[in-house]
Amino acid sequence: MAEKVLMKGNEAIAEAAIRAGCRHFFGYPITPQTEISAYLSKKMPKIGGTFLQAESEVAAINMVLGAASCGVRAMTSSSSPGISLKTEGISYIAGSDVPCVVVNVQRGGPGLGSIQPAQSDYWQATKALGHGDFHVLVYAPSSVQEMVDYVYEAFDKAEQYRMPAMILSDGVLGQMMEPVEFTDPVIHPHDKSWATTGHENKRAHNVVNSLYLTPQELEDLVHQRFERYKIVEKNEPKAEEYLTEDADIVLVAYGATARIAKAAVNQAREIGIKAGLIRPITLWPFPKASFEKAAEHAKKFLCVEMSMGQMVEDVTLAIHSSKPVAFFGRTGGVIPAPSEVFEAIKKHTGGAE
Amino acid sequence: MADTKNIVLAGFGGQGILFAGKVMAYTGLMEGKQVSWLPSYGPEMRGGTANCSVCISDEPIASPVVINPNILIAMNLPSYQKFIDAVPAGGKVFLDSSLIDVKCERTDIDVYYVPATELSNSENLQSLANIILLGKVLKETQFASYEGVKKGIGKCVSARKAHLLDANIRAIDLGMTL
Amino acid sequence: MAVVFQKPHALTDAITHYCPGCTHGIVHRLVAEVIDELGVEGKTVGVVPVGCSVLAYNYFNCDMIEAPHGRAPAVATGVRRALPENVVFTYQGDGDLAAIGTAETVHAATRGENITIIFINNAIYGMTGGQMAPTTLPGQVTQTTPYGRDVNYSGFPIRMCEMLSTLSGVAFAQRVTVDNVQHVREAKAAIKKGFQAQIDKKGFSIIEVLSTCPTNWGLTPVEALDWLRENMIPYYPLGVYKDKTEEGVR
Repeated sequence: MAEKVLMKGNEAIAEAAIRAGCRHFFGYPITPQTEISAYLSKKMPKIGGTFLQAESEVAAINMVLGAASCGVRAMTSSSSPGISLKTEGISYIAGSDVPCVVVNVQRGGPGLGSIQPAQSDYWQATKALGHGDFHVLVYAPSSVQEMVDYVYEAFDKAEQYRMPAMILSDGVLGQMMEPVEFTDPVIHPHDKSWATTGHENKRAHNVVNSLYLTPQELEDLVHQRFERYKIVEKNEPKAEEYLTEDADIVLVAYGATARIAKAAVNQAREIGIKAGLIRPITLWPFPKASFEKAAEHAKKFLCVEMSMGQMVEDVTLAIHSSKPVAFFGRTGGVIPAPSEVFEAIKKHTGGAE
Repeated sequence: MADTKNIVLAGFGGQGILFAGKVMAYTGLMEGKQVSWLPSYGPEMRGGTANCSVCISDEPIASPVVINPNILIAMNLPSYQKFIDAVPAGGKVFLDSSLIDVKCERTDIDVYYVPATELSNSENLQSLANIILLGKVLKETQFASYEGVKKGIGKCVSARKAHLLDANIRAIDLGMTL
Repeated sequence: MAVVFQKPHALTDAITHYCPGCTHGIVHRLVAEVIDELGVEGKTVGVVPVGCSVLAYNYFNCDMIEAPHGRAPAVATGVRRALPENVVFTYQGDGDLAAIGTAETVHAATRGENITIIFINNAIYGMTGGQMAPTTLPGQVTQTTPYGRDVNYSGFPIRMCEMLSTLSGVAFAQRVTVDNVQHVREAKAAIKKGFQAQIDKKGFSIIEVLSTCPTNWGLTPVEALDWLRENMIPYYPLGVYKDKTEEGVR
């Protein structure tokens, strides 16, 4: 077993990317994700990799498009306002069926917002990371260790399905240090015959492109892509279910907030409230099966988020509106305290039984 | 409830607040505990106050944000004022009394006045007031073993600064005699 | 029978969508001839823009990427960093390169990115039907300057070669045109020099080609060439603006 080291979440993402074989990173400074760039700017030159500080987030994502089109593992990272700028490129990357990894270390919004942790880019990440009909794999780690595990997975699944993958982190997870262990990732060989590497006069020219002027052609292609998304929705949903078997109230939280919600669930159990937690690990595909199962006996769901409740609709849809879905959250960069969540549980259950 | 040390270290940027917090977290890790370390970040870091939250526990850390520290280490007046009322009854507070000229009026907590900055100068331990304080924290809270802290320091002092290892350990020793 | 003239190998058999009289066809051919003569088709990756030449990925036989509007230099940077030994070029129009993509252009240039940009300047947005471009001349009538470009209101045209030649990363900047045989030959020589500069890792190269848009200028192809000579060349003088292809930029 590898030795555990203390590492910031942002640095763990960077180191995991290197271990996953990423040698091309294009970034632009923004708080609270800057450690990713700082770490890679130190490491990449020593291992023959590329760290390039771009002139903008827009340029950075397009450099990712260029590098990833050549079949290499490429990554960029930013925080909320910068991700908005990257959405153009992400749409093109998705529309060109090119794999890549994008990290969002979320901060408060909208606009310049705050630089403190938030989860208010849930809608953006899961519904509209750019224009057009497409999805992006969205992983929501909730510890520094999971930053590593899901960066590995994100690169692998992005290549398997030829689509962008996002690590949806936040300022708490990015900035905090926790013990982390680096195992060796399994790097599956995926087909790269589509890549623009120069045809060496051995094949027809490859074209990486998202333009289809004939509507029928584009519709057919989008249909094909959505057939692939169906497979993703079948195979890739991930969630942690904690004390949900007998739970009357099931909390729903992801990322840093899930840790806080879990503490509140434990506190509630101590006074006899049957509370549980579903922690979505993939936000797209949304882990619907966990919710359908819990809805069979739960009386109520309670979403806990650092936003105004952006996940509530997905939970409601996942349980086919069969049970009430309540919400407790803080936003704008405020982190909920475990005691606040505990109070919310008590309020929604009428206190101890 | 699990035995959890919720610690806030606070002071000016440059006093080694974040470093001392990292030593505590690494010490916990060396002793097989669950640990987390979270810095405050933002414009206030530049030349202003710096603080970090450290949790050391037998159980997984829920929130790495410490709201009510049962151990507070304060190295300037604004930090003391900011956090002193958040310390729950029974908490322990460690002040650098060279820099904070106050007498705490609360009687439900233990307050230790350590002239850490003066001692660091007189004992040739420049820039190690933070670690002298840490020695005192170790003595009064036993948040870890002495050997654990030595290991923790070993993890935090970079190879480039290995010559500072001894001074750090002397600073711990000094703090423990106070 | 002896073959005396044929299509360059680096061009596909696709029939282009360009309007009659448009100079894109000439420039495509010159780029392809250069790729053929340098023998680099198998290791070339081209990046095309949004604009009239958006479909150029169908016309060049090398590997091609279609970039978002204005971002071709950033995409090419990514390709360059992933494939350090390949040949990387972009082919961009004036709106793409000098308006929406100005930042990407300037920064790829100042980084000395080892790529070649073919910049088609025809003083108008062609694809969208003839709106004002960053290079539209003072007084020039377009769909969005129906009373002529008023510099007091819309500002002045950008001279990209002049501007980029001030940057240390630029190894080669030349403005050419293709209005007659001699100029076509000069244009080809310039494109070849730009490609050779990147093969020799000398730095960033840009070849600006003054071009015509008979359709949106509302002129016949012959009149368009006259208009180019009478109006564009005086404002955008032909010539070499920077040449560090011997010593390189670094």
